[in-house]
Amino acid sequence: MSSDFTPSQKDAAQPESRAAGSELIRFDNVTKRFGDNVVLDDLEFSVSAGKHVTLIGPSGSGKTTILRLLMTLLTPDEGTITVDGDYLTHEERGGKLVPAGEKHVREVRKKIGMVFQQFNLFPNMKVLRNITEAPVHVLGLSKDEAEQRARELLELVGLTEHIDKYPLQLSGGQQQRVAIARALAMRPQVLLLDEVTSALDPELVAGVLDVLRDIAHSTDITMLCVTHEMGFARDISDDVLMFNEGKVIESGPPEKMFNDPEHERTREFLSAIL
Amino acid sequence: MSSGIFTEWFLPGVWITIQVTLYSAALAAVVAFGVGIARTHRLWIVRFVAGTYFEIFRGTSALVFMLWMAFAFPLMFGWQFVPMAAGVLALGLTYGAYGSEIVRGALQAVTAAQREAGIALSFTRGQRLRRIELPQAWPEMIPPFNNLLIELLKGTALVSVISVADMTFAGNLSRLATSESAPAYTLLLVCYFVIAFALTRGMRALERKAKAGLGQTPKKGPLSGLLSRKLNPEGEMSQARAGTAGGQG
Repeated sequence: MSSDFTPSQKDAAQPESRAAGSELIRFDNVTKRFGDNVVLDDLEFSVSAGKHVTLIGPSGSGKTTILRLLMTLLTPDEGTITVDGDYLTHEERGGKLVPAGEKHVREVRKKIGMVFQQFNLFPNMKVLRNITEAPVHVLGLSKDEAEQRARELLELVGLTEHIDKYPLQLSGGQQQRVAIARALAMRPQVLLLDEVTSALDPELVAGVLDVLRDIAHSTDITMLCVTHEMGFARDISDDVLMFNEGKVIESGPPEKMFNDPEHERTREFLSAIL
Repeated sequence: MSSGIFTEWFLPGVWITIQVTLYSAALAAVVAFGVGIARTHRLWIVRFVAGTYFEIFRGTSALVFMLWMAFAFPLMFGWQFVPMAAGVLALGLTYGAYGSEIVRGALQAVTAAQREAGIALSFTRGQRLRRIELPQAWPEMIPPFNNLLIELLKGTALVSVISVADMTFAGNLSRLATSESAPAYTLLLVCYFVIAFALTRGMRALERKAKAGLGQTPKKGPLSGLLSRKLNPEGEMSQARAGTAGGQG
């Protein structure tokens, strides 16, 4: 797939975002435990608008947990998360910070989109409806507007001819590209990518990564990416964060992180997977 | 069976049996979905009330409940149902309780991943239930619903004891009036079987249609193609892969 888009295609993936550079996501003293297992330990980090950040680290180091906390699929045990200046899991009521109600959470999470490892397309809907369902029923777009948006996005991911198929009739790679279009149709400011190529046959990985590269280079959407595809991480990332035992132990631009990491644990990890 | 009883009682009785089956099934379906969904509700009090309903109706006899509706209810409340209504209520409420277990199970079998995808797109709980969870659970419910519908059909014979003139009532009448028990009861057995078979065929067609709505190729059966649409007749995966390769070029 080529990386030069017509303006309308570019527009389709464009989030309504703030000026690049301002802080979009912030984790303050976030702790998450599963039973006795501390997955995130007093975590502190922030991501600026428009940045593409890749989270690396051994499995169980808490990378996916961060994405799931941001998507409100999990709630932190301690600490706060803010997105675009709004608390994600808390709200201010009478000057106090209280756990957020369902409505508040739903509003804030409209700014965030997620692509899952297993695609999670809705099998009961054809490709077009998978993409238009939430824009119509959550954002209140008209059916025509939503379909227009869906067609532009399907062109972007190269699946226009499959618009009228059910997800089960598509290959894994095609399903994942539909899932990317579905997430972008909500025009989120942040796109979370949770090991999006791990469940794919090797020959289908490249197509999905190409689409994501195009999106990363042609839009100013903020990306948080958990991946084991280090080549891809090097291509798209502005920053790479190395996680170990629930903490960020090292971070930096990809050239530095991949070529000259400072931390012993990072060197070990990279030499094991590269 | 003498021709008088056959035309005067038995043929209308067949129609009554079909009516009682359809009305009770409709009521049972409403109860099954209402109670079944309530049993997966996030508030414990809703689950508790629905669970109590389920336990009570599972644990009482449909026949006794029907007799209670027909004979005890009028004494207690000074108001009585027409016999068919009492029968339909008793059957519908009882089989609805069994049906709620099917609805609950099928809803809980929808994967957590689907729920998460719904959350990630900011759907409300109600939207997730209506647009994602129920449509996916529905095809899984149809085979057990078919079993339950057949049970219900056979259960409608109970209404004959509260003097609803269904086909079993006509069979009993024939035995009492003419002592032709053998042909009367044999005919009854055949009739129940024929109706049950017709219901099963209908439910199969419904199941194929529902599976097609998830993009699954329906299994071939004697009546396939009756309601189901044919999807992607050629080998769908190989075709899809060829498409992927082309799309990435």
